[in-house]
Amino acid sequence: MNFPVRFSRTERRFYGIIFAMDKAVITVVGKDTVGILARVCTYLAENRANILDISQTVVQGFFNMMMIVDVAVTTKSFDAFGAGLAALGSEMGLDIRCQKAEIFEKMHRI
Amino acid sequence: MINISEVFETNRMFQNENLDVRTITMGVSLLDCADSSLDSTCRNIYAKLLRYAGRLVKTGEDISGEFGIPIVNKRISVTPVALVGAACCHSPSDYVAIAKTLDRAARELGVNFLGGYSAVVSKGMTPSDELLIRSIPEALAVTERICSSVNVGSTKTGIDMDAVRLMGEIVKAAAERTADRGSIGCAKLVVLCNAPDDNPFMAGAFHGVTEADAIINVGVSGPGVVKYVLEQIRDADFETLCETIKKTAFKITRVGQLVAQEAARRLGVPFGIIDLSLAPTPAVGDSVADILKEIGLEHPGAPGTTAALALLNDQVKKGGVMASSYVGGLSGAFIPVSEDQGMIDAVNAGALTIEKLEAMTCVCSVGLDMIAIPGDTSAATIAGLIADEAAIGMINQKTTAVRVIPVIGKKVGDVVEFGGLLGLAPVMPINGFDCSRFVGRRGRIPAPIHSFKN
Repeated sequence: MNFPVRFSRTERRFYGIIFAMDKAVITVVGKDTVGILARVCTYLAENRANILDISQTVVQGFFNMMMIVDVAVTTKSFDAFGAGLAALGSEMGLDIRCQKAEIFEKMHRI
Repeated sequence: MINISEVFETNRMFQNENLDVRTITMGVSLLDCADSSLDSTCRNIYAKLLRYAGRLVKTGEDISGEFGIPIVNKRISVTPVALVGAACCHSPSDYVAIAKTLDRAARELGVNFLGGYSAVVSKGMTPSDELLIRSIPEALAVTERICSSVNVGSTKTGIDMDAVRLMGEIVKAAAERTADRGSIGCAKLVVLCNAPDDNPFMAGAFHGVTEADAIINVGVSGPGVVKYVLEQIRDADFETLCETIKKTAFKITRVGQLVAQEAARRLGVPFGIIDLSLAPTPAVGDSVADILKEIGLEHPGAPGTTAALALLNDQVKKGGVMASSYVGGLSGAFIPVSEDQGMIDAVNAGALTIEKLEAMTCVCSVGLDMIAIPGDTSAATIAGLIADEAAIGMINQKTTAVRVIPVIGKKVGDVVEFGGLLGLAPVMPINGFDCSRFVGRRGRIPAPIHSFKN
């Protein structure tokens, strides 16, 4: 949907539901422990990021997770949102990254 | 929807296999900065660069952060300075003043290299071209981030042998002028044949006169990724080998395409081209030589090297053109010696000689690159080397180049360290038989015939 005018962040949040999604991919890698998903999800909820898809594997005690989230209406800027996740990761001894989804779509889809 | 294995594959490329966008290079035309006064020319250049490229570095960092793609260099290329300074420069030192202005702008903007201290003299030199060429040793010695290139020939025009002879002397002079720093001046000077107007890679980048006012060109890299995938299919047949390289080149180029489009959009500057080169760095696992070894050679230089490199270069192009609408620049596999640990090892093992490298340049993307030679090599010998490379380019309708460093005070077997991306080079022996009577002849080599190909 194309809009003739630019909206402020607050307006985007307000009208968020009718805007196209802004997808990001969050990856979590590290030693498996209790509550990883819970803490990441809490962070996402606090920042109004909607989870679209989750897949995870645990191989030899190593936790690999990928989440696709919609960050169109997050309360923080994308940079700050990603930095918050990275900080949460280092607190839990995990590597957490947040990247815009286009990079993966471009690379793996013709 | 994207799946987990694809996501982790992409991130593995970035984190473990050194996949990166080697450079976002903004090409800026300086033709409208020319003035009959040197002072106002310099002022115009400085102002225009700051106006156009002010947000280049920040934009690169933003894109890098958001997509998780390492973007190693942010650079600028400008119109060949010989043209810009033609009206106001009456001596080599006037051109050096422009070089200093460019260097100051590059420092202010935070870009690590600025290319375009160049002259395009494929058929003949104007007096201003010659002044610029004569100023190169001084300009490279007193600046830090300026890269210089001279195009001495093309398939359409033949080779300007007067320029080739002069460049032999200039390479030597640049080495002597920076003798206290391992002759590093020569690492920022390249002599080309068939130079492209839109190359984003240094030292040969300049913003050709065929280009628009400003443009974004992106150079991708990723020899580590190609090596990794080839490790998974050891001893496969040629069809599988080629398919695998093509698919990987596609993925690598898509990263560049995304970055180029984003950078162009955010900077409000048109997207030019993707240069889909495999550009090595001295880092372990970021080597084109390692790919050749993985294909099945003990060291680059062994018989079969030219065939393996030809195959690699062609598959990279075939995979890459599918991934981007606009491919240009040098596109292929770079084979610099000092910037590739595998090449350095091959030289040290005695597997790789300049003559073999010359054969490899017939099928790779550029030419004799970052090769240290003894400091007492004569200007005529260097000119002969340049003429040979230019002839390969002219006849085969490809870009070729020479970036050799006659390291003053060093002899065969010594090692010279340039640091950073430029790496470390063992001094290689060069054929010392005399060619001065050949390169001493005046005039130019005529353009080749385009029929009777054999």
